[in-house]
Amino acid sequence: MNPHSENGEGVREVSFAEAIREAMDIAMSEDERVLLIGEDIGVYGGAFQVTGDLVHKHGADRVVDAPISELGSAGVAVGAALTGLRPVLEFQFSDFAALAMEQIVNQAAKIRYMLGGAASVPVVMRLPTGSGTGAAAQHSQSLEAWLGHVPGLKVVQPSTPADAKGLMLAALDDPDPVMIFEHKLLYKMKGDVAPGRYVTPIGKAAVRREGRDLTIVASAIMVHKAIEAADALAASGADIEVIDLRTIRPIDSETVFESVRKTSRLICVYEGVKTLGIGAEISAMVAESDVFDYLDAPIIRLGGAECPIPYSPVLERAAVPQVDDIVDAAKGLLNGAA
Amino acid sequence: MADPSARNVPFALRNYSAERLRDALRKMLLIRKFEERAEDSYMRGLTHGTMHLSIGQEASAVGACMPLGDDDKITSTHRGHGHCIAKGADVARMFAEFFGKETGYCRGRGGSMHIADISKGNLGANGIVAGGIPIAVGAALSAKRLGTGTVAVSFFGDGANNEGAFHESLNIAAVWRLPVVFFCENNQYGMSTSMARSTAVKSVADRAPGYAMPGTAVDGNDFSAVAEAMERAVKRARGGGGPSLIEAATYRFRGHSRSDRNLYRTRQEIEQWMERDPISGMAELLQSHGVIDGGEFDLISASAEEEIDAAIEFANASAPPKPSEVARDVYAAGPA
Repeated sequence: MNPHSENGEGVREVSFAEAIREAMDIAMSEDERVLLIGEDIGVYGGAFQVTGDLVHKHGADRVVDAPISELGSAGVAVGAALTGLRPVLEFQFSDFAALAMEQIVNQAAKIRYMLGGAASVPVVMRLPTGSGTGAAAQHSQSLEAWLGHVPGLKVVQPSTPADAKGLMLAALDDPDPVMIFEHKLLYKMKGDVAPGRYVTPIGKAAVRREGRDLTIVASAIMVHKAIEAADALAASGADIEVIDLRTIRPIDSETVFESVRKTSRLICVYEGVKTLGIGAEISAMVAESDVFDYLDAPIIRLGGAECPIPYSPVLERAAVPQVDDIVDAAKGLLNGAA
Repeated sequence: MADPSARNVPFALRNYSAERLRDALRKMLLIRKFEERAEDSYMRGLTHGTMHLSIGQEASAVGACMPLGDDDKITSTHRGHGHCIAKGADVARMFAEFFGKETGYCRGRGGSMHIADISKGNLGANGIVAGGIPIAVGAALSAKRLGTGTVAVSFFGDGANNEGAFHESLNIAAVWRLPVVFFCENNQYGMSTSMARSTAVKSVADRAPGYAMPGTAVDGNDFSAVAEAMERAVKRARGGGGPSLIEAATYRFRGHSRSDRNLYRTRQEIEQWMERDPISGMAELLQSHGVIDGGEFDLISASAEEEIDAAIEFANASAPPKPSEVARDVYAAGPA
């Protein structure tokens, strides 16, 4: 049953993309200040059909097709947020946010602080992310750790349709800039979604699978791979806990700590490049805390390979952690400890 | 014009009351004195970091703000003290910000390059060249969507006219017909690089036809000429006519920042511009039309000086921020 639905009433199977659209639709219906800006998000419906038919319901003044001007559009969204609107900016691919980094990093993230709290930038940016679509190096990156490194931003990565909706609504309620990284391979994934308004709190991880022997901390699509790996290992008696990080800034260290105190073993799985990534942060947080004393084995990070995302399907698979990699790492940890 | 003799009367004299003109002169003097004392404070080690002085550019800042009310928005630049004062800021809180004090506009977190005064519609100076331009377009989008009837003005220098953000912003504003005025203060150099060496067109105003909007070049040291061009552009924006680009030719008497050794400009060039000091020009304009006499100029100047003295006293007496609050205001609810 969906945790957000009382008695499971009205819960339907909805795709990840539809869930995001539902959230934006609810917010737009409730609040005139909400508007969507992005390339080809109007009658085209967005490159991944996330905005879909919203333009027909809310009009072209509120579902605004932007010129291909990522920097300009990001700045417009920042300025609009600063002066009373609640804009949602869609990047066609998260890679294109590189063109807008000035407005995201120097302006959106810092305005509240630089102005001593005198202003807010309640902008939401949506960033379709990740590999697996054969789109190669400039359309497949996972850059969430870049933005996670910037104080002033909040960075979320939903892994389920229910959270995609709940985090979008939470982002639109939030007074600070929220970056939503949406893994493209999840857009068509279906899951139970409660009707109406609810929020998934930003900054709170979820335990997706309970276990006692090993903790896997994963984000976005890696949550599903980790669960698949855990299920595969259950046959051989391994009892694995899977944590869905959901937010990478601010990170929910307590849920991770609580789990590792119980299991004493930790694997971090994430699609972004391994070095200086989310796993490095999780590992360091554990190593710096009292939880370090609970560890029975070294921490393992499974992250993206140290290369751009390649084109050939064989190479593309090899560039990011797969279920087999997680199974092998988990086996190694559990056997080593036995 | 009923009175043919009025034909030679400058725009400002025909359109503004004596009170508004005196206030404009006062603001120009306040900017000048603010920056002279800011420079002096820097020399005496009372401020740290750098600062970018707009001494010599006061007519463009004050003239450009003449058509604006407190609800109209501006975005400013690293050389933004003048815009801030022209839009009505309190110089005491500006000095406090300079001195890194908790009573400053940014509680000491921003310094010279980030002073903003939201209550007066000043969305802030900006440390990034062209950083404020798309933000002003966003403010104009808000004005249009929310039906506030307000406009946004983006101040920027000639250096910004070669940034992508400038070009993207002008295009978006024109395509969406937004109530924004792009106001370029062309002080001839982007740091040390002249317009001729950096910009393919002769004048920044020449960029306007590429974005299907009116482009006007004015003498930026002539208060009346600046105000006239801005009144026209703001009227057009408020009436739904869309954006305009104005280029005000002016000059900074000082270097780019504190590190500037002025190796790229000749003494002769600087002196020629100093002969066209916008404050002297404004004083002459008002005196020749009987708005003020020499005695009144001295009084206005002395009152501006007093305001600066009091501001510095306030800033000196104010408390610095607490180190324990270094991460305050990163997020709405405090540090994450």
